[in-house]
Amino acid sequence: MSREILIVDGLRKFFVTSRGTVRAVDRVSFSVRAGETLGLVGESGSGKSTVAYTVIGLHAPTSGRIVFDGHDMSTSIWKRPRALKRAIQIVFQDPGTSLNPRRTVQQILELPLRVHRVGTPRERRDRSIELLRKVELPEDYLYKAPHMLGGGERQMVAIARALATDPRLILLDEPTSALDVSIQAKIIHMLLRFQREMDLAYLFITHDLSLMRNVATRVAIMYLGRICETAPTEEFFRNPLHPYTQMLLSSIPVVSKEEEAIRPARIISKGEIPSPVHVPPGCGFHTRCMVCATACSAEEPVMVEVEDGHFVSCLHFPPASDALPRAAESEEVF
Amino acid sequence: MRLGKRRWEGFRKAWYKFSRNPVSVVGLVFVLGVSFLAVFAPLVSPYPHHAGPYVNFAIGSKPPSASHPFGTDAFGRDILSRVFFGFRYSLMMGAVVLGLVVIPGVVLGLIAGYYQGTRIDTVIMRITDIFLAVPPLILALAITSVLTPSVFNAMMAVSLMWWPWYTRLVYGLASSLRHEFFVQSAEVIGASRFHILFRELLPNCVSAIFTKMSLDMGWVILIGSALSFVGLGAQPPIPDLGTMVADGAKYLPDQWWIAIFPAFAIMITVLGFNLLGDGFRDLFALEEI
Amino acid sequence: MGEPVLRIDDLHVSFRVYEGTLQVLDGVALRVDRGQRVGLVGEAGCGKTTTMRCVLRILQSPPGRITAGAIRYRGKDLLRASQGELQRIRGSGISMIFQDPVAALNPVFTVGDQLSAVIRHGTHRRLTRGEIRRRALAALREVQLPDPDRLFASYPVQLSGGMRQRVCIAMALATEPEVMIADEPTTALDVTIQAQVLRLLDRLVQEHETAVIFITHSLGVVREMADWVYVMYAGTIVEGAETDELFERPLHPYTLGLLSALPKLTGGGIAEGIPGRIPDYLHPPSGCRFSPRCPSAVAACHRDRPVWMQVRRDPDHAVACHLYPKGEA
Repeated sequence: MSREILIVDGLRKFFVTSRGTVRAVDRVSFSVRAGETLGLVGESGSGKSTVAYTVIGLHAPTSGRIVFDGHDMSTSIWKRPRALKRAIQIVFQDPGTSLNPRRTVQQILELPLRVHRVGTPRERRDRSIELLRKVELPEDYLYKAPHMLGGGERQMVAIARALATDPRLILLDEPTSALDVSIQAKIIHMLLRFQREMDLAYLFITHDLSLMRNVATRVAIMYLGRICETAPTEEFFRNPLHPYTQMLLSSIPVVSKEEEAIRPARIISKGEIPSPVHVPPGCGFHTRCMVCATACSAEEPVMVEVEDGHFVSCLHFPPASDALPRAAESEEVF
Repeated sequence: MRLGKRRWEGFRKAWYKFSRNPVSVVGLVFVLGVSFLAVFAPLVSPYPHHAGPYVNFAIGSKPPSASHPFGTDAFGRDILSRVFFGFRYSLMMGAVVLGLVVIPGVVLGLIAGYYQGTRIDTVIMRITDIFLAVPPLILALAITSVLTPSVFNAMMAVSLMWWPWYTRLVYGLASSLRHEFFVQSAEVIGASRFHILFRELLPNCVSAIFTKMSLDMGWVILIGSALSFVGLGAQPPIPDLGTMVADGAKYLPDQWWIAIFPAFAIMITVLGFNLLGDGFRDLFALEEI
Repeated sequence: MGEPVLRIDDLHVSFRVYEGTLQVLDGVALRVDRGQRVGLVGEAGCGKTTTMRCVLRILQSPPGRITAGAIRYRGKDLLRASQGELQRIRGSGISMIFQDPVAALNPVFTVGDQLSAVIRHGTHRRLTRGEIRRRALAALREVQLPDPDRLFASYPVQLSGGMRQRVCIAMALATEPEVMIADEPTTALDVTIQAQVLRLLDRLVQEHETAVIFITHSLGVVREMADWVYVMYAGTIVEGAETDELFERPLHPYTLGLLSALPKLTGGGIAEGIPGRIPDYLHPPSGCRFSPRCPSAVAACHRDRPVWMQVRRDPDHAVACHLYPKGEA
C-alpha cells in the first residue's frame, strides 16, 4: 500500500455570517494515498467544496490539521511555502469562470510556470505546447481566448494548467458536472491516464455516484459538514450502510435494468436539506432519516469501523468493544 | 508573421463589432473630425492669427458670409478659425484631466476592491466618499475662485474631483470579481498580489473604464466650458469655446452667430464622445460561442 | 393515436454571426400526442433549446431566423400566427419551465404576485382577486409546498432551489395547459431533491393530462420520465422510440456512443466517448451530420442526408441513418 500523501485530521471550517455561524466542515478526517483517488460525495450544504478549498488554502482552517507529504500546511495559501504550492493544484467546477476571459490560453498556461520561475520564456512556451498536446488540444489554441472554446475544452485547459507544475495531488471539484456525457468520458479517461503515468493522487469531488463508481479507489460521503460513511469503492456500493448513502443511491436515475437491480429500493426523501447555519442537533441527518430513532436527535454518532476499511458514523452502528472506535478529537487517522 | 496576421484579424473583428451600430460610427467620425481640426488648426483655419490678440473693428460683428462662414465676433475675429482653435483647449482639457485621474483612481479602486472588508478598503473608500459628497461644479468653482483663474487651474480643479468616480467604478467590479474562480486559481498557483490586481482583475475592468472615459470626455469638456463661461477658466483672448459662448451671449439674439456656433461646436464634440462610448461597450463585449 | 397536440415539421433555423451564417437546425421534426410524455435528449449545442424557443416564438431574432418549417399546435401553424394569437396560446395552451429557477422567477415580486399574474393572464374570463388567490393557493398546495399562505407572501430569494422549481411548476400548470415544455427542470437541483421534484411532476402531468416535452442531457432522467424519447444531434433528430425500446435496443451510432460513455452504477469503467467534436455549424458536413465522427460510416453517409424511417412497429422505433435504409433493424 502506498504511503499517505495527504492527511486531514479533525478539520473544521466555520464561517461567521450575519445569519449565524455556518458549520461548513465539522470535524472531518480522511487521508489520500499517492496514486489513488479518494472520492468525496455530497449534495449542497455537505461541505465537500469547502473541504477542498480549505485543503488548497483558499480558506484558513478554523481548527484541525492538514498534513501534506509530511509538511504541516494548516494555514491559508498566503502563508504556505512556494514549493508546496507547486505540489497541490485544483481544478474548479465551472469551466466558464475558472479561466480569465481576458487572457489567452498561452498566458493562462504560462502563469504557473512564471510564478515558479520554470525555464526561459522560450522554454515556457514549449512547455505550454506540450501541455496542450497532453490534453489533446491543437497548438493554435495557445492564442485563443476562453470564450472561443467549448466548456469541455476550457476544462481541459484548466487541467493542463493544473499539470503545469508537476503536482503530486490534484483536487478536482465537480470537474465534469457542467459537461456532456461524451466530453466527460474523454476527460475522465485523460485524468485516469495521467494518474497512471505521473503517479498522481486525486481528491475527486462530485455528486454523481455513477461516475464515482468508475473513478474512485475509495469513497467518502458527506452530509452537513460531516462524513457519514467511508469505504473502498466496491464495498461502498455493494454494501451501503448509512441511511443517507442508501437514500442517495436510490435517488439516482439510471439507464439500465442491471443498475436498477443493484440500486437500493427507492427511498423518497422528505423535506429539504437543512441549512448549515442550523445543523440539527444530534445526528445532522435525523430530520430526513427513514430509520430515525429517538436517540438520533440528541446524541451525535461516532465514526466506527464496521469492516476492514469500511467506516460508518450512525447511531445504529455503535462502537463495539472489538471494533476501532473513532472518537471525535483523537489523534489517530485511518 | 503569425503575430502580425493575428493582430490584423483581431482588428478586423473589433471593427465589425464596433461598426454594427451605425450610431457609434457617427460618434467616431465626429471625434476624429474634431481631433483633426484641433491638431491641424493652424493649417486649416482660414485666419489662424485671429486666434490670438487680433482686433479689427472694421469687420466686427459681421454675419456669416463667404469669407467668414461662421461670421465674426465683436472684435472682428473669424469665428470659424477660433472654433477650430477652441477645439484644442476642449480636447486638451479632457485629455489632461483624464490622463491625470484615471490611473490613480483605477489603482485605488483595484486595491480597495481586492481587499474589501479590511481596513485598507475602509480607508480608501471613505476618502472617496468624502470627495464624492461634494457637488462637482461647486468644488471646481471654489478652487478656481481661490486660485488665479486659468486653464491650468481649471484642469487641476476638475481633476481633483474627478478621480473618485473611477475608484468607485473599479471598486465595484474588483470586489465582485475577486471571488471568481480564475482569481482564486491565480491565488492557488501562487501569483503575487501585483499580478492578481493588474493582470487578472484589471483586464476585466477595461471595458467599463474605457466606456466611462469616453463619456467622461464629454462631461469634462462641459464642465470646463462652464468654468470658462463664468470666467474662471480660460481667460481672453484664448479662444476657449465656453468663453466664446459667454462673450457671445450678450449679443443674442441679434448677432446670434457669435454664441451659437461655439455652442454647437461644444455639442458636436460632447455628442461624438458619448456615441463613441456606446461603441466601446459593444467593442469590448465578449461574444459567446 | 389521433392528431398530435403539437407537431414540428422540417424546421430550419439559422443564426447570423461575424464569420457567416450558422445552420443550427436542419429539418427538425417531431410530434407530441395528447397527454404523452416526450423526452428530447441531446448534448449541449445540439439545438434542443433552440427548437423549443421556436415553439413559443421566443427565439432571439436577430441573430436567429426561422428559414423553413411549420409548428402546428392543434392544427394551427404557430410560425404564421399573429402576436395576439401567440399571447393567448403562451401560458394557457403551451407553458414552459426553465432550467434555472433562480433566473426564472422575478426577485422583486412575491411568489403570490407572480403566480397570480400567470393565472390572470391565462384565464380568459375575468376573475376576482379572491378567486385568483384561491387558485394560486391551490396550485401551491398541489406542488406540495408547505404553508402556502406564508409562501404566497414570500420572495423567491427566501426559498430553496427545490422550492423555487416547484413554484415554477405550479406556475406552468396553473392554467391547465395542453403542452408543457420543461427545459432541464432538475439539472440545477440536488439528486435527492431532484428525485422528489420529478416524482411530483410525474404525478401532476398524469392528473392534469398535460403533454410534456422534457428537454435534458441526462439519459437517466429521460428514462424515468418519458414515454417516448427523441435523440437529437447537431440540429437533427437522429432517433426516436418508446423509452424502454430505445434503451434496450438503441440503433443509431450516436445513441450507442452516448449510452456506452455513460458511467454505470454497476461499474466496469466507461467507454472512451465519441471522438471528434460537434460539427461546425458554419460549414456543416454534407450528408449525415454525424458522419465525420461515426465509427460505422459508409460512403453514402458523407454524401446523402439520411431519411427518417420507421424501423420497428410495436414497440415503435424510428431512426435517420443509412445503416437502416429500408427500415430494417
